[in-house]
Amino acid sequence: MDRRTHDRYVERAMWPIGRGDRNFWIAVVALSLLVGAGLYAWVYQVQRGLWVTGLNQRVSWGFYIINCVFFIGISYGGAMTSAILRLTNAKWRAPLTRLAEATAVAALLVGAVYPIIDLGRPDRFLNILLHPQVGSPVVWDVVAISTYMVASLVFLYLPLIPDLATTGASMRGGPLKRLYGILSLGWRGTPGQEASLQRGIGVMAVLIIPLAVSVHSVLAWLFAVTARGGWHSTIFAPLFVLAAMLSGVAAVILVVAAFRRVYGLAEFITAKHFRYLSYLMIALGVAYLYFMVSEYLTEGYLADETTAPLLEAIFVGSYAPAFWSFTTIGLIFPLVLAAWPGRFVIARACTASALVIAGMWLKRFLIVVPGMAEPAMPWDWGRYAPTWVEITITIGSAAAIPLILIIFFRFFPVMSVHEMEEVEGPPQPRGVVLTPVYAEGAGE
Amino acid sequence: MAGPFTRRQLLGTLGTVGGTALAAGFVPMAFPEALAADTNKTQRQWAMVIDLRRCDGCKACTEACQETHHLPANFEWIKVFEVKDKHGAAYFMPRPCFQCENAPCLRVCPVAATYKDGEGVVLVDQERCIGCRMCMAACPYGARYFNYVEPPAYANPFGKATPQFPVPQQQGTVGKCMFCVHRTDEGQLPACVEACGMGAIYIGDLIEDVATNGEETVRLSTFLKENDAFRYKEDLGTGPRVWYIAGHGQLLEQ
Repeated sequence: MDRRTHDRYVERAMWPIGRGDRNFWIAVVALSLLVGAGLYAWVYQVQRGLWVTGLNQRVSWGFYIINCVFFIGISYGGAMTSAILRLTNAKWRAPLTRLAEATAVAALLVGAVYPIIDLGRPDRFLNILLHPQVGSPVVWDVVAISTYMVASLVFLYLPLIPDLATTGASMRGGPLKRLYGILSLGWRGTPGQEASLQRGIGVMAVLIIPLAVSVHSVLAWLFAVTARGGWHSTIFAPLFVLAAMLSGVAAVILVVAAFRRVYGLAEFITAKHFRYLSYLMIALGVAYLYFMVSEYLTEGYLADETTAPLLEAIFVGSYAPAFWSFTTIGLIFPLVLAAWPGRFVIARACTASALVIAGMWLKRFLIVVPGMAEPAMPWDWGRYAPTWVEITITIGSAAAIPLILIIFFRFFPVMSVHEMEEVEGPPQPRGVVLTPVYAEGAGE
Repeated sequence: MAGPFTRRQLLGTLGTVGGTALAAGFVPMAFPEALAADTNKTQRQWAMVIDLRRCDGCKACTEACQETHHLPANFEWIKVFEVKDKHGAAYFMPRPCFQCENAPCLRVCPVAATYKDGEGVVLVDQERCIGCRMCMAACPYGARYFNYVEPPAYANPFGKATPQFPVPQQQGTVGKCMFCVHRTDEGQLPACVEACGMGAIYIGDLIEDVATNGEETVRLSTFLKENDAFRYKEDLGTGPRVWYIAGHGQLLEQ
């Protein structure tokens, strides 16, 4: 990479830091209003009790459990995307990893609140730490989510350290400079520090995978350890893990596309990046489809007395519109759309990702709600319709993810500078023109 | 040693402290039944028999239960289902909590708020329950009810609500039938047994091998055997403590 491109990359990664232009403030205010509405609905619910939701004696889990699985799933996909790219040493990863890791943390911060929102007595949440019964999947969840939370924060922070030093050095003074100085832990880029950092990042990239797998397996076991038809399935844990990765990669594609446009990163994040991420999404989507067919086929073929009514409700009954929308518009169509060769790679990847994300939310709905509505005593089907409280909290929490990301990237470089330098080598003097590795095939 | 801890020593110390704490804390937590079992009270093992031949679906049991526990109308701790069989005939099936010996609700509770007393009755400590409703998801019989609304105020004659007599119920926690242990401890019949005009519900003791509906007393094992009693969804391995006597061909439907 020549000096000019190098400097341009650094400038693009750093320019928004500490600045707030008009678009930034519009976005922050708009998203804050949505988050505020969600918080208001939560306070409203805490003051009155869970009767303000659509939950009832038959369907006692609804939007909150769906959202918990959904947002933690997105987080998982973000972490996995970065970890996979690091472990396979994909040279084109440099402009993407920071965005993926930040998405993982933002989505997790939102998803991890949902188990508390769902509690009838949130004031007693600490009972889980004071009187834990280790045989309970809920306790496994709390342990797994909090461990994964720490790991994903470290995973975001470690590669950030050299960039923090760079950012601090470029500033003239003020509290931010001091903050970066503290956070960068005295990074000077000595070979010893470099080696430690690489070892740390390598360990985290390996660790984050089993941690994320365990979090989502445990979420699946919340359902699979019960005797309910459609829930008591041995394939649930891997199915949940795949669903999480699929929705997470889709979310990373959308986040990358949004920041590419708003922050003007088009010369560094190219169609190639979206094509590769699409490949990852397609592979995961096909695997998910396979797992899903395997699950429904084996359960539906035997059709015992607990699964048969459930599958009937999902395939041809009252949940059929949701199920077939998910299967066609939320899974098969977007995969074909993303896989199709030709132009408009980025537009197609983004459309497909949005559909996949919506589809995966719907799929979680189809797991949680019909599984609950199917009566334990097989005579009265339950009903569930969310109230404004659940809908407002859901929208508010979804808005919190872009809000966190937008604010975060006004303080920290949106693309990893250190990683780019590591992949590209030191900047070449002027006149020496090398095609940057990340931009190979950028003309497509 | 002159200097500070080396990293290895620190880790070793932390490991020992942490491991001991874990072992001391988690072993009893993992087996709440071991803690909860009250060895002074093992002279009874409660069971119930419901004779479907006699049930006419009047719901007097449900109403008596709701009156005793001051429950709102949608809290049917003993719920009477009207079942239509394949041939169009209808019968009634009251469903209390089955007090499973291998209770799925008990294992999944994250805070061990649900536990089994020494007499085989599954109780809920509503002072500890966090309202996650995992037990409701796990119960294969839909026997648990969540207090979405604030229950009506009531001055509990025992001074305060106990797991044995959780009245008034606490908002945000889960409640269920507990075989009226506050009554059986006093030598009284459970409210539903007493209220059933048809004598369809028997409360029994597996140790003394007797059961009574308030009118007649039977030898439990013989009664179950002679009437081909069955337990609902017995194949799940939950070990329900409630037996049904079929009267309308239900056994063939199972």
